[in-house]
Amino acid sequence: MFSSIQLTRNIAHLSPRTKKNGRLQLQKFLQSHGFASEASFETKPYKLHKLESGPSTHVSVTKEDALVIYRQMNTIRRIETAAGNLYKEKIVRGFCHLYSGQEACAVGMRSAMRKQDSIISAYRVHGWTYLMGVPVLGVLAELTGRKSGCARGKGGSMHMYCKNFYGGNGIVGAQGPLGTGVAFASQYKEEGGVCFTLYGDGAANQGQLFEAYNIAKLMNIPVIYVCENNGYGMGTSAERSSASTNYYTRGDYIPGIWVDGMDVLAVREAAKFAIEYATSGKGPLILETVTYRYSGHSMSDPGTSYRTRDEVQVVRQTRDPITSFKEKIINTELATPDELKAIDAEIKKEVDAANKTAKEDTEITMEEIAGDVYSNTLEPTIRNITPWNPLTHKRVGPALNLK
Amino acid sequence: MAASSKLMHKVFKDASQFLKVGCRLQAQNVICRHASHFTYFKDEPLKEFGDTSKTNMFQAINSAMDIALDTDSSAVVFGEDVAFGGVFRCSMGLQEKHGKDRVFNSPLCEQGIVAFGIGLSVAGSTAISEIQFADYIFPAFDQIVNEAAKFRYRSGNLSNCGSLTIRAPCSAVGHGGLYHSQSPEAYFAHTPGLKIVIPRGPYKAKGLLLSCIRDKDPCLFFEPKILYRTAEEEVPVNDYTLPLGKADIVKAGSDITLVGWGTQVHVLLEVAKLAEEQFNVSCEVIDIVSILPWDKNTVCESVKKTGRVMIAHEAPLTNGFGAEIAATIQEECFLYLESPVKRVTGFDTPFPLIFEPFYIPSKWRCLQAVKETVHY
Repeated sequence: MFSSIQLTRNIAHLSPRTKKNGRLQLQKFLQSHGFASEASFETKPYKLHKLESGPSTHVSVTKEDALVIYRQMNTIRRIETAAGNLYKEKIVRGFCHLYSGQEACAVGMRSAMRKQDSIISAYRVHGWTYLMGVPVLGVLAELTGRKSGCARGKGGSMHMYCKNFYGGNGIVGAQGPLGTGVAFASQYKEEGGVCFTLYGDGAANQGQLFEAYNIAKLMNIPVIYVCENNGYGMGTSAERSSASTNYYTRGDYIPGIWVDGMDVLAVREAAKFAIEYATSGKGPLILETVTYRYSGHSMSDPGTSYRTRDEVQVVRQTRDPITSFKEKIINTELATPDELKAIDAEIKKEVDAANKTAKEDTEITMEEIAGDVYSNTLEPTIRNITPWNPLTHKRVGPALNLK
Repeated sequence: MAASSKLMHKVFKDASQFLKVGCRLQAQNVICRHASHFTYFKDEPLKEFGDTSKTNMFQAINSAMDIALDTDSSAVVFGEDVAFGGVFRCSMGLQEKHGKDRVFNSPLCEQGIVAFGIGLSVAGSTAISEIQFADYIFPAFDQIVNEAAKFRYRSGNLSNCGSLTIRAPCSAVGHGGLYHSQSPEAYFAHTPGLKIVIPRGPYKAKGLLLSCIRDKDPCLFFEPKILYRTAEEEVPVNDYTLPLGKADIVKAGSDITLVGWGTQVHVLLEVAKLAEEQFNVSCEVIDIVSILPWDKNTVCESVKKTGRVMIAHEAPLTNGFGAEIAATIQEECFLYLESPVKRVTGFDTPFPLIFEPFYIPSKWRCLQAVKETVHY
């Protein structure tokens, strides 16, 4: 008997029509042999603000997509474990904020995104960087400040970029208006894209976000604000920092949707809905994805002075986005435990290899301290006082966002 | 940092010799910490301030706020995460002792934090606010520069926010990267109406912070974050204040004046030792303590005596506060100068992540500058 993976591979090179027929046959074959090629689930109900109807609570996923999602969520988890260890080994300098526990938010959104869509976030972005196309090494080497890093080691943990991914912002809430501008550019250039503009429940209280809401609605800009509510803005819980913790309603005149951010398929469904909404000319939308971070705010925060270890443990045991998704796809026979184990092993190999290279790689040379301060340098050298040769202004590479 | 160290070695051919000298500096009151770029020089508190105890800088700041809350019933302390002690533990235990209505967390909104403090102080309360990192202060820039600084002036002194103090951890910490390392004092020094203070250690921090809290003008109090734990010395346990706007001659000398503030004072003290041993040059080291207003008399008197001066700060060169000092010196001391005013500063680049050891005005760069200035 063919394994389902082999069958999937066998039809990969066929024409779309044949492929479709092939898929149907495959589906029938698998079903008749006790395998599923697609499964459906019910999500937790969404909460809606100023919307008559919301995303469907009935979501389905194909085997192919399920395996991709599984791989992505697990890779992020493993990258974050590696990042945490590198920091503890003092190989990562600067600051380091881990995404473990929140994987379903990024992966759910990413699976709904089209090629013309973009994303901007704060400083918890290792996972997003990987999802947007940077290899694991690019992420880990950026963390270690080495030249294989996606920003050549110049940005570090908080500042990673790639095509359609605008970073990587260190100042809480600063990305809110930026994402609005990115979305406006897409609208103006008639590219049909949206910009997912992510912030946390802490940043939700920054004034500039409300400035952004206003202009976005005023001009019906296709921006999707996503409040990743992990319960704590640094060390202060949402309840103690926010007069209203219904973040999906805080755009007032901007419609909003509350989503279970631990359910990757719910997030995907909501993101698809949001894209459709924003690109239909109706303008901005707010998604609140309710999630949880297992680590402290950053590596210098043990994350236990403002919440109990039990609380973290309970979430891990009952709401973990990866465990719950894994159970779902195994129970519905979309995947076998062995298949998933094989994926786990591949991820481990990939991350371990990247981890090793990220430690061994060299740093960029001293000349690059003067690299890319300006695009068009009007003075040949950096103004400085040094006992050695002056530092020459230089451009290191073409900007990725302008390619 | 392998590559960095190699380069460092290449650049300073005599670095190894200097390093040997550096390690010999482990004298009585010198702690040698190889992890940081400086050696901490302890202060001796004035006897008149009474009993002392061994205190690091975050404890000294904690003690100052504790005293302020004790002695002034209108005083409140607030900022991001301050209720459970703040990220640097400066407000540890204050909420338990003084109550949730006096020590509380604010949401993450720097503009709001400062503006809230202005409102409080305008209405007569003493507002002690914390911005979690000086790098995060810029959303509040407008409130500080346009509201706090001008309140008294624009109201013809009918109203003011003099009882506002804004604390913020600043400067290099060894691994802070772009947004946890900046020294933004010069941006604010361009604003009449503000007072700006940067302590060099626990003893100074406690007395100066209490002065800022009680001063009747809005004060910015930048705390070099690398000193919170590394700087430890005897600090008076009681209430005391130290004067604002008054520079300290931390080491007397005759050949060249070295001017700095915050962490840099300790770098300069080490440079002074090295210069004495290496070149037989006697350095006078001045901590200007207050950036605004700054004590030009002390600095200019010293420069008139020595005829040479070097100013060092971590912030970039162009428009760094050293520029103001240099301009004043050339005006006041022109005929006394034996060589141009020298500045050793951060580069005109963003604060780098991996190049921090090169970016900061290290003792080696400063020592080189002393040599050049003396042999001008």
